[in-house]
Amino acid sequence: MRDISLTTLTFAELLGRLNSQEVTSVEVTTRCLEIIRRNDPSIHAFLNVDADDAIKQAEAVDRKRAAGEPVGLLAGVPVAIKDVLCTKGQPTTCGSRMLKNYVPPYDAHAITKLRQADAILIGKTNMDEFAMGSSGENSAYGPTRNPWDLERIPGGSSSGSAAAVAARMSPLSLGSDTGGSIRQPAGLCGIVGMKPTYGRVSRYGLVAYASSLDQIGPFATDVQGAATLLEAISGHDPRDSTSVRQPVPAYSRSFDQPLAGLRIGVPVEHFAEGLDSEIERAVRDAIAVYRSLGAEIKDVHLPHSKYAIATYYLVATSEASSNLARYDGVHYGHRAEEFGNSLVEMYEASRAEGFGDEVKRRIMLGVFSLSAGYADKYYSKALQVRRLIRSDFDAAFEKVDVIAGPVTPTAAFKIGEKTSDPLAMYLSDIYTISANLAGIPGISIPCGFTSSNLPIGLQLLAAPFEEDRLLRAARMYERESDWSAHCAIE
Amino acid sequence: MSYEIIIGLEIHVQLQTKTKIFCGCSTTFNPDHPNVQTCPVCLGLPGALPVLNEHAYYLGVKTALGLGCQIAPYTKWDRKQYFYPDLPKGYQISQFDLPFSHHGQVDVVTGDSSANGGNEPTVRRVRILRAHLEEDAGKNMHDESGRGRDSKVDLNRAGTPLVEIVTEPDLRSADEARRFLEELRLMLTYLEVSDCNMQEGSLRCDANVNLHVTQPDGTKVPTPIVEIKNLNSFRFTEQAIEYEVARQWESFQQTGIRMGAKGGHKRTVGFDPNRGSTYSLREKEEAADYRYFPDPDLVPVMTSVEKINSIRAEMCELPATRRQRILDEFQLSPYDAAVIIDQGRAVADYFEEVAKTCGDGKQAANWLTQDMQAAMKERDETISNFPIRPHVLSALLDRINKKQITIKSAREVFTTLLEDADSGHPLSANRIDELVKSRGLAIVQDTGPIETAIAEVLSRNAKAIADFKSGNEKAIGALIGQVMKSVKGADPQTVREKLLAKLGE
Repeated sequence: MRDISLTTLTFAELLGRLNSQEVTSVEVTTRCLEIIRRNDPSIHAFLNVDADDAIKQAEAVDRKRAAGEPVGLLAGVPVAIKDVLCTKGQPTTCGSRMLKNYVPPYDAHAITKLRQADAILIGKTNMDEFAMGSSGENSAYGPTRNPWDLERIPGGSSSGSAAAVAARMSPLSLGSDTGGSIRQPAGLCGIVGMKPTYGRVSRYGLVAYASSLDQIGPFATDVQGAATLLEAISGHDPRDSTSVRQPVPAYSRSFDQPLAGLRIGVPVEHFAEGLDSEIERAVRDAIAVYRSLGAEIKDVHLPHSKYAIATYYLVATSEASSNLARYDGVHYGHRAEEFGNSLVEMYEASRAEGFGDEVKRRIMLGVFSLSAGYADKYYSKALQVRRLIRSDFDAAFEKVDVIAGPVTPTAAFKIGEKTSDPLAMYLSDIYTISANLAGIPGISIPCGFTSSNLPIGLQLLAAPFEEDRLLRAARMYERESDWSAHCAIE
Repeated sequence: MSYEIIIGLEIHVQLQTKTKIFCGCSTTFNPDHPNVQTCPVCLGLPGALPVLNEHAYYLGVKTALGLGCQIAPYTKWDRKQYFYPDLPKGYQISQFDLPFSHHGQVDVVTGDSSANGGNEPTVRRVRILRAHLEEDAGKNMHDESGRGRDSKVDLNRAGTPLVEIVTEPDLRSADEARRFLEELRLMLTYLEVSDCNMQEGSLRCDANVNLHVTQPDGTKVPTPIVEIKNLNSFRFTEQAIEYEVARQWESFQQTGIRMGAKGGHKRTVGFDPNRGSTYSLREKEEAADYRYFPDPDLVPVMTSVEKINSIRAEMCELPATRRQRILDEFQLSPYDAAVIIDQGRAVADYFEEVAKTCGDGKQAANWLTQDMQAAMKERDETISNFPIRPHVLSALLDRINKKQITIKSAREVFTTLLEDADSGHPLSANRIDELVKSRGLAIVQDTGPIETAIAEVLSRNAKAIADFKSGNEKAIGALIGQVMKSVKGADPQTVREKLLAKLGE
């Protein structure tokens, strides 16, 4: 077998070699499976890897290519899947005991699109239970570790998808982002992660956490990988009423074109108290790179961003309390063995056993927020503030094309460091959460390392459906830096 | 003390769409196996999303327009949250604060005109508070062996589109409630929005009942409201309300407990038709908190005046309007108009076609409500598969109107036509003429033979003549009969006139 150094290949090089048949998908997939076998016992990015099935998929694509048949956008490229996306005939646990033995009878829309693109579904990745968490520690199957420092968290909730790409166990992966669950772990793991505009990618088959905020998006080692994966999964789906009928630009072809006259907004509120100084320096340096490339840099204000966390934890938990009501032990999922005599006792025991602490906390918060007598004060008020947060962005995007700032206030923290302090944990999403409330796209790209060699992320945000602009702006910086070439594993 | 009965109804109507309201599964009633008409969406599987079936909205709008409701230009979907095994998502997709329609009214005739001396019939106007769309739940099937075996859940019905119609508390008796439901069912079947099959649960009713008791000092005191759930026949609805009225009156006389006082909270009950009584469903006062909020998986529905008008234009005439129109247009009695309209749109259409082509609405109404009705019943046929089609019946009635045949002869032809149909012969106006001719049923226009026959009959009925002359007017009947017998096709009216003239000589 030829040596395929996945740790140094760019996405373009990988795809180029596959297309020119210099390497086969079986070779690439085998190499990924080897790295998984070697490194995942310590990282725990995956919950389920069906190696035989992955090789079978790879063989099929290789045959197609060898026969000269047309192949899809991601032909032969392994993609790891966050275990919140339904895969037909394969377990989909959402990192929860509740769905430990749950096998969906259908594929999520994004999975169908990946199959159509001839991608190799290499395995399902670990995550915070039902995508609730910022560290990966809320998985019922044990935490994922940050490939840069195994004592630290990789971020969450798409912990496994981020760690899998950072550790080169898969060149690409899919995550979901409800309050930063793609961008935050991408930032903490030193890779590219993108949350598209709400409605850009169909949510059909994405197990819901907070339906009005959830969005599926790509992880990759570089911008081109993210652009190509996004292009593969985007587009209208009649099965999701919130998916939009907007044409999908060819992100994989346009991402490399620099933007002339780019106006970058620096949100004053994202450089305030609580931001680690090393992070601030790295982000400001990145902004300086844009200035050197001819971009116009100006301050913008997002006055309501200080309410973003509070707003998010009302909107998201309210929706979650409803979305998770279906896990009642009746139709599927965990049912308690001992539960007394009544139906209500069965519900209570099954849910008490099936859900972890953070999920229970959020369900209780959401139930409270929607309760008679409180809904006006909490849920309805949060919806009003949500609109104000969106207007902040609308106003800002009249003046600038892209907003640039830090992804997280600190680099990856230690496992166990914040588990006893939910509020401190929630604050790690402080810069990412607004984009979900506003429905706008955002991307996290590597922009440096701390003195203790932990990755730092730069977040770029753009107006709705400006993914193309976002990717091109991200690529402008990536081209001037070599952070993407840094790799967490040898 | 006297009291007034106050009743408001909530009616759930299944819309007759081919597929469910938020997925593509069939809505057929009771397929052979449980859970076969299901998919990830109506099973509430993780990750599945609802998409509105636009035909359900269309039928909903038709229903609401029939109820005289206003259609909201903007409507949205809300989740009504509660745990129950037949509700797979843990919430029902319904409409809370912005239903798709509101503020209508339905007029119900509550007394026959004959009952109040032939004056205008009394009418109760029932205001409609709102009508909204929602999805139906599945069905729980419990072990009835008493051995505590597992309950089972069938989700074939889950996701069937429902319109929930909520009336204001405008009904004043159990009889009025039944009449309202009958009128509602008639309207919904005219509009073809629902089959309203109560056995299959296509129309279900909850009744809110209480009394306003007039105290000796003239003040009015309301008794606690009782909601009777899931009434699945009009008769049961009527019985349940009557039972509740009697029970509440008795209870009030004993306890004096009024609405809102201690022990005077709203109760929810079921009706046991075997015992004819209601039973408590919720013992304690549990003000259920459904935690409604907008369903983030569905987008709001916007509609325009043009769109509503085009739906309105596609609607048929409503039964109440049609009843009045055929009454005016064909000079029918209110009774005949009601009998025709209340049998459904197909009967009304049949009637109008016959009445218009034969030019005699009264005659058409008589035939439809008598001969046709009896024949259909005997032959176990509906109007749509009854072999004598409107143009044939019309031709037959036309012969009567033109005094070409008698009603009696027409009945003979009618019966023969049905026999023809049964032996596979096509029916037509020509066939009628053929029968009239071959059987000599044509009314004899020439009076010569009649006069000859009269003379002959009178010559051998001296006793009958004497009886008649001495005041027994009935005696003439026998004479007419004998004349008719000897001159087939004689018009009885003509025979009578001529006989009288002869006897008066």
